[in-house]
Amino acid sequence: MGFSNADLQAIGLTLRLASLVTLILLLIGTPIAWWLARTTSRWKGSVGAVVALPLVLPPSVIGFYLLIAMGPNGPVGQFTQSLGLGILPFTYWGLVVASVFYSMPFVVQPIQNAIEALGERPLEVAATLRAGPWDRFFTVVVPLARPGFLSAAILGFAHTVGEFGVVLMIGGNIPGVTRVVSVQIYDHVEAMEYAQAHWLAGSMVIFSFLVLLTLYTINPNQRRF
Amino acid sequence: MPADSIQARFRLDYPEFSLDVDLELPGRGVTALFGHSGSGKTTLLRLIAGLQRVREGYLRVNGEIWQDGQRFLPTHQRPLGYVFQEASLFPHLNARRNLEYGMKRAGNAMSSAALQQAVDLLGIGHLLDRRPHQLSGGERQRVAIARALALNPQLLLMDEPLAALDLKRKQEILPYLERLHDALEIPVLYVSHSPDEVARLADTVVLMEQGRVLASGRVAELFSRLDLSLAQDQDASAILEGVVLSHDDDDALTHLEIPGGRLTVTRLACDIHDPVRVRVHARDVSLALDEPGASSILNILPARILELREIENAQVLIKLCIGTGEKTPLLARITRYSRNRLGLHEGQPVFAQIKAVALMD
Repeated sequence: MGFSNADLQAIGLTLRLASLVTLILLLIGTPIAWWLARTTSRWKGSVGAVVALPLVLPPSVIGFYLLIAMGPNGPVGQFTQSLGLGILPFTYWGLVVASVFYSMPFVVQPIQNAIEALGERPLEVAATLRAGPWDRFFTVVVPLARPGFLSAAILGFAHTVGEFGVVLMIGGNIPGVTRVVSVQIYDHVEAMEYAQAHWLAGSMVIFSFLVLLTLYTINPNQRRF
Repeated sequence: MPADSIQARFRLDYPEFSLDVDLELPGRGVTALFGHSGSGKTTLLRLIAGLQRVREGYLRVNGEIWQDGQRFLPTHQRPLGYVFQEASLFPHLNARRNLEYGMKRAGNAMSSAALQQAVDLLGIGHLLDRRPHQLSGGERQRVAIARALALNPQLLLMDEPLAALDLKRKQEILPYLERLHDALEIPVLYVSHSPDEVARLADTVVLMEQGRVLASGRVAELFSRLDLSLAQDQDASAILEGVVLSHDDDDALTHLEIPGGRLTVTRLACDIHDPVRVRVHARDVSLALDEPGASSILNILPARILELREIENAQVLIKLCIGTGEKTPLLARITRYSRNRLGLHEGQPVFAQIKAVALMD
């Protein structure tokens, strides 16, 4: 016994999805975290709350609204149709977009905390040493906030692997397209294939444990300096 | 106006703090921005560095406009060096890479010889391979100063570089700063609230209070102005600048020439004709109407009273000039009783007996 072909397909899809989502989140989550960490705008609270919403909302609620927004009559759906892309629900890309929303706080918050902890001073120092804004970001912020970025990447990845409710709402259950590991486990259980379910579920437990272990090893709360 | 000067005009209005300055500072030498905390001296320095920005600002450094109504040169494009109050080394880089960080970006004809000069000046050659957390507070600050110098800046800004250090560390760094003072060709703005540091390091002083400039001028002149807080401090003192005239090795003494007279101090490790700066505390100067006879006091100088001012505790602060000119001011603090008994008044010739001379460099 072991993983069936369908299981392996689900694992591959899950890893592909989580990697891509993590990459996208680092790219768009970093500017958001940067802004949240440094702004004095009165919108800070509202934007921060919107980013954090997936922490408290049931995944089915997020999935429901995303489904409507990406549907044929929703704003996102209209936009994707006008680009000739069709509509996103029940496609791999629909899942990507939904996962980006769903995992956003797990990426934004560690980066935001790290940047806030850094404070203004290292950036001012770099400016007096002739470093321009991008230079300051890559040579001072990234290395000094690296534990924050690593936590963000790991949490974003792990959280995307672990999602279930949003996937069901947006992606459905299409083998090789949207059937990720968590859905595959659900299918096994529905079909009373407990042995198969054990393999996948046990793997998820080990995977999650290893992720958290890595996280606590690289980022033991206290930075050395 | 001369090309080698710094013109700074800034106005800023916060509910709890306002700043309004219009200064012309010398284009070389050390200028101290002196005042209590909250007087706006650090804010002024940050405005000059471009770390803070006000709409109403004008800044011209040695002929180049860094800020006016239209332009605002961002900090990283200003040819300056900045030393922050606390150690500000990048913790992820060792001392050498910290030095190189700015040098690489300044990109000018900064030769390794010039880096070597900064390293030697601050005595950090043996520290270069260490990480900041392996350095003491004083060592970190020396690396930070060298890092600013290695940029080959046209203006060096220092924000209380000693304030975060204990007395011992301060004593460790001060000699290096004094060497800087002698070696640097560029203007230095030095923020401080310590009269001692100012007396030792500065040529010019800008006295600030509540965001305004109270007075500015040569350090010797400002220290002896009776209307300013400097002279009313317990440590009130006059700064005398002179040159080494001769050494008396038998008695381990050095004779100094100051405008209007001579001073004898304990043997200095200086060469003849070297410039020296000494500080004479007002409390160490007593006055006599007639030339005292035999006395153990080495320095008894003819002087003339310029100004008298009563201060607290029934004491009187007296400003004198040594000799007949008005070049070298001296301060004396005596009791009101003595003033009355001797009948001291402005213009009167007296003899100033100096009990102690503190050497600055």
